[in-house]
Amino acid sequence: MKTSVFDNQVENQWCPGCSNFGILKALKDALLTLGRAPEAVCVVSGIGQAAKFPHYLNCNFFNGLHGRALPVALGIHAANPALTTLVVTGDGDCYGEGGNHFLHLLRRNPDICVVVHNNELYALTKGQASPTTPVGARRTLPAGPVESSPLNMLGIAIVHDVGYAARGFAGDIDHLKGLIIEGISIRGLALIEVVQPCITWGTHPMGWYKEYVYKIDDVHDHTDQIAALAKVSEPSDKIAIGMLYRGKPKPIYAERFRKDITDRPLFESAAISTSKMAGLLDTFK
Amino acid sequence: MDIGIIIAGSAGEGVQTIGALLAAVIQAQGYSVFTWQEFESRIRGGQNSFRLRISEVPKNSPKDWADIFVSMNSGAAAKYLPLLNETGVWVSETPEGGRENITIPFKKIAEENFKKVIYANTIATGAVCGILGIAVNGLCRVIEKTFSNKNKTVVQTNIQAAEKGYISALDACKDQCVWQLPQRADRYYLIPGHEAVSLAAAYAGCRFISAYPMSPSTGIITYLSQKEDDLGVFVEQAEDEIAAINMAIGAGYAGARAMTATSGGGFSLMAEGVSLAGMTETPVVIILAQRPGPATGLPTRTAQGDLLFAINAGHGEFPKLVIAPADPEDAFQKTVRGFNLAEKYQIPVIIISDQFLADAHFSYKEFEFNEIPPELHTPNLDDIDHYKRYRLTPDGVSPRLFPGQSAHLVTADSDEHDEYGHITEDLGGMADQMFMKRLVKMERLKAEINPPEQRGVASAEIVLVGWGTTRGAILESILLLAGENKKVGMIHFTELWPLPDFSFPSGKKYVSVENNATGQLEWLLRAEYGVSMSGHIRKWDGLPITATYIRERVVTYEDERV
Repeated sequence: MKTSVFDNQVENQWCPGCSNFGILKALKDALLTLGRAPEAVCVVSGIGQAAKFPHYLNCNFFNGLHGRALPVALGIHAANPALTTLVVTGDGDCYGEGGNHFLHLLRRNPDICVVVHNNELYALTKGQASPTTPVGARRTLPAGPVESSPLNMLGIAIVHDVGYAARGFAGDIDHLKGLIIEGISIRGLALIEVVQPCITWGTHPMGWYKEYVYKIDDVHDHTDQIAALAKVSEPSDKIAIGMLYRGKPKPIYAERFRKDITDRPLFESAAISTSKMAGLLDTFK
Repeated sequence: MDIGIIIAGSAGEGVQTIGALLAAVIQAQGYSVFTWQEFESRIRGGQNSFRLRISEVPKNSPKDWADIFVSMNSGAAAKYLPLLNETGVWVSETPEGGRENITIPFKKIAEENFKKVIYANTIATGAVCGILGIAVNGLCRVIEKTFSNKNKTVVQTNIQAAEKGYISALDACKDQCVWQLPQRADRYYLIPGHEAVSLAAAYAGCRFISAYPMSPSTGIITYLSQKEDDLGVFVEQAEDEIAAINMAIGAGYAGARAMTATSGGGFSLMAEGVSLAGMTETPVVIILAQRPGPATGLPTRTAQGDLLFAINAGHGEFPKLVIAPADPEDAFQKTVRGFNLAEKYQIPVIIISDQFLADAHFSYKEFEFNEIPPELHTPNLDDIDHYKRYRLTPDGVSPRLFPGQSAHLVTADSDEHDEYGHITEDLGGMADQMFMKRLVKMERLKAEINPPEQRGVASAEIVLVGWGTTRGAILESILLLAGENKKVGMIHFTELWPLPDFSFPSGKKYVSVENNATGQLEWLLRAEYGVSMSGHIRKWDGLPITATYIRERVVTYEDERV
């Protein structure tokens, strides 16, 4: 088997045959195509099966708390925007526990690419409903059918003029790789939601998804917010994949603060000298 | 000289403006001034007060009684008049019965003479200067400086307003006003607690703060934001406190010295993040500005109710440092120390302050800010060959590199992990070694914790035992008691976790002094040192402990013992 600089020897804890392996391959291939070195990449995650992702590729990583990948990633990006900062998370981690952070990341437009695995359930904790589980679906919790309606976070991101919004499919690795390349390349916040089956807890096999997934054609105008919203509001038997939306050009997070220091990491900033501090304190005299 | 002043009125009546302007004038006259504030959690209404204490050498602790009382409305008069000395002077905005007072209708004078009620503030300040015997040109110079960014008309009108108030007071005061504050050559620093913390953080190399506004901590992020050009600290107003601490941890991991600031409620939300910093060995400094709880409690009041919470914050067992500075100078030094130790041991550091310290201004002849200089604890890249972020070392500290700094990959994991930061469940093996590696750091840290400050313990019969911001009141109470031939000493803690090796001298009566109801330091010292207090002095009404409060209780304690 061909190896790349992003491969490592860490024992994988995912179920054999998990579609996460395809997403992992797509992301590694995208980084290779982009010519990124492992030390230039930082993958941030929270907790869940998706969040174990950074352990299985060779790069910098921060595997933090459940739901908190986004604020950690924002802090990393603020401290060193020269790093390619990626977040790999799941529907429970990002939209449930971390929902508030997701909303506020949309306001800030950092140059971060967020990849959300969406299998419509909690896998690591054994099959409970997630914020994207459809109404009426059965999960290990609740005991009856799900009654609360699923969140449409792609829609919310499009309404908030996210820099880049796309839906990928874990069953089409090359297509997903292309989306990740775009998501990393654009300046600003990119959201890529990846539709995937859970072979252990899910109700639908990969074949079911393949039946309903279709690629967005060239007619779709990805600068048209309304058209993009229409694509993510289609009935559940139509799953559009591809680039949904490109946001309008707008300032990147921390641009004003960084007008002089540009992409330099904050740890390189000069210290405040003793004489400067003495002068600052003298203003209190 | 020891003059106490209370300015009292509703929120929106300029109490804070008058107090701050007056403090600046007194400072410019060459006197020491100590100020503190107590106010309600509302934008308009209620009754608030601004307290000033004037002396020739610094007396940096709150005074119970006032010599001069300015009331801006009848409600304020009723609430605070009991705090005026029998010989004190009362200046009232409104005519009041019951006790002799000078009525100066500040608002009416402002409207009649200057067409704007806002000038009532300067008129009141002028009046107090008249009462204090401060020459009016001293006040005018401060007004010129204070309003230097406004147009000339504003400055001129304020000067006229100040003169108006000044003359009104002189006319009304007659023989009542006995004070004279001629210009002195001395010049004191006048520094508020949280600005000292903010400046110290920047001096210590802090480059990132994320916080969610919460009284009484908000001043820190606000000040750093205002001073962005001078201090170069990146400021992020987070969506909540959970985000705030996680952002700071992210920035810290990426190499920026980072901090957050909050109060008890926000700190509750941060608890999991404190644990994350412990597990990932990411330095982060957290300012915990206390106010009375539980829950929302008294949002704008002071307390020392979160000591045990801070020490125990975060699930699991991991090293952390908890310090509680006594005053702005100590806060400056301890903040730098906090950043130094956070980086040296790669741990979360909690710096406890409170509303009293946040808003109080202290006077200093010299402000020793470089007592503890900033330290760097970054490894030499040339010494690193095969990099493992969590390398097992004898002292538990692994060389910490930053992602993107070199070809070495830098990892962080909230799961138990191996030396490379990858998940492990090797119970009894790697998992155990990592657990112990972190705890070894606690032992090293403990060895460099300073013992508590001791004052007059050897000759004392009673030793007052306190922590944090009560130090000034305790020291003053000892002086008061010495005047009554009572031998009282002090043991005062500012470094509270881990506690250092220390023995309480035997044969003393120990009395704890705390701004809380349950005696949290007392509990901690019993647990850690096996020392029992003979008595305790506690206060939990949302106001700071004062010297006279302590003195009265020591005397009562002594009487009861006899």
